[in-house]
Amino acid sequence: MTPAPTARRRCLLGGLAAVLLTLPPLAAAQAQALNVFNWNDYIDPAVVERFTRETGIAVRYDVFDSLETLEAKLLAGRSGYDIVVPTNEPSFSRLIAAGALQPIDRAQVPNWANLDPVLMKQLETSDPGNRHGAIYLWGTIGLAYNVGRVRELAPDAPTDSWRLLFDPTLARRLAPCGIVMMDSQIDVIPSVLRYLGLNVNSTAEADLRRVEQTLMGIRPHIRTFASGGVIELLASGQACLAFTYSGDAIQAADRAREAGRGVDIRYVAPKEGAQLWFDVLAIPRDAPNPNAAHRFINFLLQPDVMAAITNTVHYPNAVPASKPMVEEAIKNDRNVYPTEEDFARFFTVTAVPQAAERARSRLWARFKAGR
Amino acid sequence: MRLRLPSGRTLVLALPFLWLSLFFLAPFLIVAKIALSEAALGIPPYAPVLRWTDEGVLTVVLNLGNLATLFSDPFYFDAYLRSLRVAAISGLLCLVIGYPMAYAIARAPEHRRNLLLMLVVLPFWTSFLLRVMAWIGLLADNGVINNLLLAAGVISQPIQLLYTDFALYAGIVYCYLPFMVLPLYATLSKFDPVLIEAAADLGARPWRAFLTITLPLSLPGIIAGFMLVFIPAVGEFVIPELLGGPGAQLIGRVLWMEFFTNRDWPMAAALAMVLLLLLVIPIAWFQHMQGRASR
Repeated sequence: MTPAPTARRRCLLGGLAAVLLTLPPLAAAQAQALNVFNWNDYIDPAVVERFTRETGIAVRYDVFDSLETLEAKLLAGRSGYDIVVPTNEPSFSRLIAAGALQPIDRAQVPNWANLDPVLMKQLETSDPGNRHGAIYLWGTIGLAYNVGRVRELAPDAPTDSWRLLFDPTLARRLAPCGIVMMDSQIDVIPSVLRYLGLNVNSTAEADLRRVEQTLMGIRPHIRTFASGGVIELLASGQACLAFTYSGDAIQAADRAREAGRGVDIRYVAPKEGAQLWFDVLAIPRDAPNPNAAHRFINFLLQPDVMAAITNTVHYPNAVPASKPMVEEAIKNDRNVYPTEEDFARFFTVTAVPQAAERARSRLWARFKAGR
Repeated sequence: MRLRLPSGRTLVLALPFLWLSLFFLAPFLIVAKIALSEAALGIPPYAPVLRWTDEGVLTVVLNLGNLATLFSDPFYFDAYLRSLRVAAISGLLCLVIGYPMAYAIARAPEHRRNLLLMLVVLPFWTSFLLRVMAWIGLLADNGVINNLLLAAGVISQPIQLLYTDFALYAGIVYCYLPFMVLPLYATLSKFDPVLIEAAADLGARPWRAFLTITLPLSLPGIIAGFMLVFIPAVGEFVIPELLGGPGAQLIGRVLWMEFFTNRDWPMAAALAMVLLLLLVIPIAWFQHMQGRASR
């Protein structure tokens, strides 16, 4: 775990994921230790130290870089982890359906009361009754762009719309300054469906064909499919438009400002609608140390702890009482804490059946190959 | 009556058989079992092949759908074909580059050979992953090669080297070259140079002597080297993933996709099984060639 506050949640470097999977799982023998499996660079390291100091429970902290890695480990069974942090869709709901998570005993988590009921209600589409998890952090998926470069190449471009990326004529004009696509079908395809005005969970062949046409239309203008490193590409000015997570875009903007080379990065959750996601604190069914896991969740849900995490990784949390302790710049950023009006435009997705998933992977493979 | 102990010969033979059945046959059967099961949502994410019904009857449920899909869907066939092609081209490139190297080492003065051989295996002292990553640093748009060419004025803006077929082949050839050089060296060092002198005495030009004497005699080394490059290159995942373009849908990548993205373990297992069979055929051919060569 790097102490640097780089909130690169998802570097989808599949190869490394596969390598990680072949490593022996964390030893479950030591009952006293707590085994946490979280996204990379997704916590304030001081928080983990404080937990150990207060409870005497040692934390073995392990990170994953893609939901695929997390799911594969949990579905293989006996992962040895006590705390995992899946994203609500498709992983969290699927893990519940597979029986891979245990219900959380609220009696052991008094700080559950700190959770925002409105956000928890949103999560119920994945987990009816909120039985299996508490929101850790959340965010949206949208576009990050370099203000100066976009204005220069396409001054008339609508920077609040998915058209900026998905309209081939605009993409062609912006191609010279570098367009980066997130290499993640589960994140990109629903957004394209939304842009086309279709059902974001559609598995209809005709709808997917339109998605493919749209993606193929911009394929020649995409410089690279990012497996992590989007923050760096944007901050250094090597890319001027990226499909990415809100927190990553905000990180990139910060880093560009620090570098002081006149690169101004902005994030936008497009007006047609942006996908809302929740990363959820959950306990695997076969967790070796469920008691410590409950204590850890209870510990994290304290307002000051959550504020420290948000200040580090720039993603909003679901504990409203933490807000007074969140830095002004982060708190007042509409891209971190959206307004109610913004919220109305956000959408969530549900997991699609396996056959549809395969059709989507095929589509994605063809898109990446450009044929 | 005396208990008959197995002879030493049997014991010696039993050991590799035990090893193979434990670490090759058993895993293969497990993979085959998963390949013949049905994907399901659960832990593990596939339905059991053997099931006890309530009446105590053992039923076997085999799902041949995955194998049928593999052969009917051109997507998988194309990926296999592309992988075989990439592996074959890589093998040939390694041969073209490795043969002169092995030849030179074999012909070098005795006291220098060990040093040269050590230089061939030297890259293994660094992690494989790290060496592939180093190629990213060399080939990137702002990498060493582009910067040198820019500075020399050969090009006016960076040319794309990374994420191309060129990068893919450069990575594979670089990583697997020692596997080609070592067996070639082993055969070439046993080769008696007197044969070449005899050919020259009989009027053969150097090139002809090489083609009619050296090359055929080094054939076992060529085949061994080619196989050592070809077989791992077919299933290679890391190099295409890190250096190859997005179009390089090789079988390793497809397998990953089935296993991780689609969470279809049975399909991934079926792919792996067919891949294994694809590799067993060239190995068997290699054994056959070796047997013929030693006769």
